[in-house]
Amino acid sequence: MNREELQAYIGDLGAGLTFEEGGDWINVFVEPAAFRELMLKLRADEKLAFDYLFCLTCVDWKTHLTMVYHLSSTRYRYNIVVKSKLDRTTPEIETICDIWRTAEFHEREVYELFGVTFLNHPDLRLLILPDGWEGKNPMRKDYEDEVNMIKL
Amino acid sequence: MIEGQRPVTEFPGQVHQTPTGGIMTGAIADVINWARSNSLWPLTFGTSCCAIEMMSTASAKYDWSRFGFEVARATPRQADVIIIAGTIVNKMAPVLKRLYDQIPDPKYVIAMGACATSGGPFFYNTYSVVKGADHVIPVDVYVAGCPPRPEALLHALITLQEKIKSGGKRERIDINLDKQ
Repeated sequence: MNREELQAYIGDLGAGLTFEEGGDWINVFVEPAAFRELMLKLRADEKLAFDYLFCLTCVDWKTHLTMVYHLSSTRYRYNIVVKSKLDRTTPEIETICDIWRTAEFHEREVYELFGVTFLNHPDLRLLILPDGWEGKNPMRKDYEDEVNMIKL
Repeated sequence: MIEGQRPVTEFPGQVHQTPTGGIMTGAIADVINWARSNSLWPLTFGTSCCAIEMMSTASAKYDWSRFGFEVARATPRQADVIIIAGTIVNKMAPVLKRLYDQIPDPKYVIAMGACATSGGPFFYNTYSVVKGADHVIPVDVYVAGCPPRPEALLHALITLQEKIKSGGKRERIDINLDKQ
């Protein structure tokens, strides 16, 4: 499949998928409610076989959070980016660590740095930050630390 | 020795030639400092990109063994000098302190690059970086750069040698590189 065919094929996998143009890779936006279903299909579909999650991160846009998942298909050499907008006050999204095992610690990192709750994650706790950081999310744009931070 | 170049291992005393060999005279403290400065064993310690430059300094092209630094030790108990090659974060600070405490006296510290000197690019708006390794352990020589070139690190190492040869004081010393 070329890029247009791949985008059309992915667009048919679920309702309400939107694509962001202009990037090197296909950027697909999905609602958090439909997120896990889409990810299961991307992994299981024989014509896609996205078997490798090579990046999982989050962006704080001050108005909302965006989860970003980079997927790769080692069989067909496809790369796509799946994004999902989350509410900033109570960010919640389904875990995908049973689909791609590597997501287990990536999700813990996003949990500690951005405060996103991953539903049904088997072991959601701090990854690198020391004890006592629960509830403080240093990668949020409005994070304040009076002791250690020198504001510019 | 190349004409005009300063000898880096100038012996602090006199050598008297006799028919059966030489007799050396000098103050014992000076001789100890002279020997000590030419056999400094660095600790293998690098926390970010400065460590790449430090490895380059150790490798054949720059070759810090010319100045007596080649025996990099993987344990602080056998090392003489820490080259803080990289960012020190709050979580690393107690580790660095413990490594420093485990080095037997006399011990020396070089803060390599902007991060180890002041926090560098992480000075503002960060929650995790120590703004200068001298908040944790005393530093003898600071190197500017981000990261410094191997020549800069070599200059810092030679400066440390000069410092040790001049008595190893913590105070600021003036080093005249033109003196013979």
